[in-house]
Amino acid sequence: MNYLVTVAIFIGIQAIAANGLNVIVGYAGQISLGHAAFFGIGAYASALLTTKAGMTFWQALPFVLLITGSIGLLLGMPSLRLREDFLAVTTIGINFIVESIFQYIPFFGGALGISNIPSIRLFGTRLRGWPFLGVVAFFLLLSLLANRKFTKSCAGLACFAIREEETAAASMGVSPVRFKLLAFVIGTAMAGIAGALYAHTMRFIAATDFGFPHSVNFMSMVVLGGIGTLWGPTLGAIILGLLPEIFRPLIQYRMLINALILLLMIRFQPGGILGGSSVLARLFRRRPSHG
Amino acid sequence: MLLEVRSLEVSYGDIHALHGVSFEVSQGELVSIIGANGAGKSSLLNAIMGITPLAGGSIWYQGKDISALPSHERARLGIRMVPERARVFPILTVYENLLAGGYRRPKNKAFEEKLEWLYSLFPVLAERRTQLAATLSGGEQQMLAIARALIAEPSILLVDEVSMGLMPALVDKVFEVLQQLNRDHGLTILLVEQNASASLRISTRGYVLETGTLVLTGTAAALLADERVRSAYLGI
Ligand SMILES: Nc1ncnc2c1ncn2[C@@H]1O[C@H](COP(=O)(O)OP(=O)(O)OP(=O)(O)O)[C@@H](O)[C@H]1O
Ligand SMILES: [Mg+2]
Repeated sequence: MNYLVTVAIFIGIQAIAANGLNVIVGYAGQISLGHAAFFGIGAYASALLTTKAGMTFWQALPFVLLITGSIGLLLGMPSLRLREDFLAVTTIGINFIVESIFQYIPFFGGALGISNIPSIRLFGTRLRGWPFLGVVAFFLLLSLLANRKFTKSCAGLACFAIREEETAAASMGVSPVRFKLLAFVIGTAMAGIAGALYAHTMRFIAATDFGFPHSVNFMSMVVLGGIGTLWGPTLGAIILGLLPEIFRPLIQYRMLINALILLLMIRFQPGGILGGSSVLARLFRRRPSHG
Repeated sequence: MLLEVRSLEVSYGDIHALHGVSFEVSQGELVSIIGANGAGKSSLLNAIMGITPLAGGSIWYQGKDISALPSHERARLGIRMVPERARVFPILTVYENLLAGGYRRPKNKAFEEKLEWLYSLFPVLAERRTQLAATLSGGEQQMLAIARALIAEPSILLVDEVSMGLMPALVDKVFEVLQQLNRDHGLTILLVEQNASASLRISTRGYVLETGTLVLTGTAAALLADERVRSAYLGI
């Protein structure tokens, strides 16, 4: 039972981060292959604030959001000027830089990482197992609600317009700058929350937890489930989270399998499982933009 | 003067698309700029909208120099464009395209009325309101692009070759709508067109653009009667 709860916690955390990536990639149409960096920034921010500044998880949370969101804003700037292929390379670069900063700067614990991160407490009790899963589920729900609201709101429509036809959108008064950056801020802040939850469930983090392979992993979840759909990234996180648990011997080949799934999906079912043109979507008559 | 373009230069690397183009459009006018393929018509409208950067010259709107403003700020001043090949948002529905067009407009009663008015202007859009714009025919997309621009109640409408790819009956219909908008609603319109006869017929004035320079100007009637225009653009 405990084992199942642990798996569910990890899946939930990854789903939150994948939902964030979906805002950037799915809703705003900006490629990002460095999402794990923001997951890491959230994890390190929360770990440092709780271990060094003596805050609780809940006290640290607003700062975690602020820190990841503003770094997201800053690093989202390249998206304003770069074409897709360059942006992909740039975001990969950002991932490696952030990972090295964690790895080599003593303030971040260097190669040893940060340990003794406190558990999350609520009303004086330490949350582990089921109650912790409850917290993760709560944040997952929040991220889904936020995404739903985003797609239904005017801002969402503006983002879709920019994704579809940037110049046409601009000539209707939609500022591409503002909405691309908004998508980056929301998306990276979600990665930040997920990272914080990760830090407090692991209670020990190191730079390699947030390397480029993890970015590929997040991207695989989004692509597998359905880019730009509401439930797709969560579904992707569940499938990719369960696969290695069900087929234990495959765990060493996790990266290989993820990459393979990514390639196969892009080749044969680019909309993902819940995407507009997929079999399942036709069954449920879902729309790619409003999934 | 509502819109004034002064010595406009546009180039793409070594290609000079426009050199020294100057003209103006007054409030309430319907002005056509006619030119052949590659004359620089789209470059001109894109420069006015702020999509293509200027290599020289300036653009004045309502007495202000807007040359340095980004597109979305020009849009907020009331300039709207029906782009070449419509450029509707393909995977948004017809209704959502119109909502995006009315971006920043409060979605109140006046907006609803405007929407109904546009639906009455283009009944086919009303029928297709929940359909994805990508699935509309080329002509329907053009109508959607016009409606999307109009819903914002622009003070000047720039129209880039709306006749392209439309069957003749539809061309007449669309030009009729544009004329009606200009005559009955006082909307200022700047058309760029290859279809010289259709556009000049509804215009007050016109210009002829040839390889990046304006070579001829006059009232629409005078241009329609002009020997050079007749032989080059009307095939008479
Ligand atoms: N992005 C670009 N890069 C390079 N050259 C361009 C670009 N856009 C336009 N041109 C060139 O500039 C010139 C004017 O093009 P423009 O699109 O303005 O013509 P047009 O009058 O709209 O033609 P058409 O009737 O075919 O639409 C052409 O020679 C074209 O090849
Ligand atoms: Mg053109």
